[in-house]
Amino acid sequence: MHRGKGMKFVGDSRVQDKEQRNTIPKDYSEYPGRTEAFWPNYLLKEWLVGAVFLIGFLCYVAVTPVSLEQQADPNNAAYIPLPDWYFLFLYELLKYEFAAAEYIVIGTVGIPGLAFGALLLAPFLDTKPGRRPSQRPIATGMMLIGVLATIWLTYESVVAVDWETREEYSVDNMVEHEVDETHPGYEVYAQNCMSCHGGVLEGEPGLGPDLLDLPHTADTIAEISVEGIGDMPAGMFDGTDEELQQLANFIVENTDTDDGEGGDEDTEE
Amino acid sequence: MLQKLYDWVDERLDITPIWRDIADHEVPEHVNPAHHFSAFVYCFGGLTFFVTVIQVLSGMFLTMYYVPDIENAWHSVQYLQSQVAHGQIVRGMHHWGASVVIVMIFLHTLRVFFQGAYKKPRELNWIVGVLLFFVMFGLGFTGYLLPWDNKAFFATQVGLEIAESVPVIGTDIKTLLAGDPDIVGAQTLTRFFAIHVFFLPAALFGLMALHFIMIRRQGISGPL
Repeated sequence: MHRGKGMKFVGDSRVQDKEQRNTIPKDYSEYPGRTEAFWPNYLLKEWLVGAVFLIGFLCYVAVTPVSLEQQADPNNAAYIPLPDWYFLFLYELLKYEFAAAEYIVIGTVGIPGLAFGALLLAPFLDTKPGRRPSQRPIATGMMLIGVLATIWLTYESVVAVDWETREEYSVDNMVEHEVDETHPGYEVYAQNCMSCHGGVLEGEPGLGPDLLDLPHTADTIAEISVEGIGDMPAGMFDGTDEELQQLANFIVENTDTDDGEGGDEDTEE
Repeated sequence: MLQKLYDWVDERLDITPIWRDIADHEVPEHVNPAHHFSAFVYCFGGLTFFVTVIQVLSGMFLTMYYVPDIENAWHSVQYLQSQVAHGQIVRGMHHWGASVVIVMIFLHTLRVFFQGAYKKPRELNWIVGVLLFFVMFGLGFTGYLLPWDNKAFFATQVGLEIAESVPVIGTDIKTLLAGDPDIVGAQTLTRFFAIHVFFLPAALFGLMALHFIMIRRQGISGPL
């Protein structure tokens, strides 16, 4: 702290009263009207407002449980990503042609960079002393455009989402799979397939897809087991023809097939 | 008794000026909703701070159960909200509080902007305020991944792709955030956790301190 003779301070503050005099705001006593002591009068009112706000907030929290979706599955190709609502404006912006694909830099850096850069530097772009919105139409206009654009983009994004479908992603709708472990083919499955397709046909991230709703018949499955399909190499199955048949039957009977032979023996819950 | 204690501390530390800076000042009429109801617009900044306090407290309690690891993160969140007493409430406060704080900081920004309160001599405080806004967005983005559900995972993947599209340094930014130029996985989760609970809150507290010191030093802007 500076100390010394002849130092002047502004009011009861420790701001020095020097040539920067004009940067110092007026003392509160110079404001017209009725001032009020912050402590304790005003603070008490603030606490009352805060308490009412907190009660309202807690009521909302109590009646609106937070959803948790099913555990992250990087192999889930069908999932449609959705950010939190306050990023939707950016998410929606990137859907426009001028801000997507080869112009993606315009959407991710250009437009948001200009908008938020202007926001950050607003005091240096709008330097005239007039404070009323009507005295600075350009600044006010730009801000209104920015706010309206953000609200519009968010609105467009929200109405485009199929919220009912998203409900199905919730953990409450998670399907617990079970397989018939007494099936003679289960042992064959455990030895040949489980390491990539999971203990209950649910798949393993990065290794193999789930086998929960295969459209194949038992014969096709037996063929795929031996010869492979897509990224699955041939020769994964190692065993006798009888075991192969048991394996194919096991998978068909435990998958949610539409036209396979075991369709009526659906063991999913 | 209390006065004696205060005097004892004050004798040694000279805390009276600190106390005066924090509490002993006049509230001008034009910001006092008791005199002009329209002055409720001045509440948004205080409410932003209030919700930030809620976020810090609820977040501290969440970390008592949360495990930042891809095997256990999702299970720990599910356990928290289905088994732990009031876990659903605490997680709810943190989740909805994140939205409320964004709304409040947005309204506060609009109030300051349309009143022209950022003009000389308050330019620096405006810049700190906008930086606080960015930090809040960062907290929202990093916090979204932590439950490690599908919503979290895929939204983060999109977010990282956006970071990657930045010219020249895009891949470096993505690697810094995700721990790997391609994989969103174990390292991404621990990094986002570290950013969410250590790096960004540290920045937040520092900027908030600056914000408040400047307000106290300059006083609130006068009536229009």
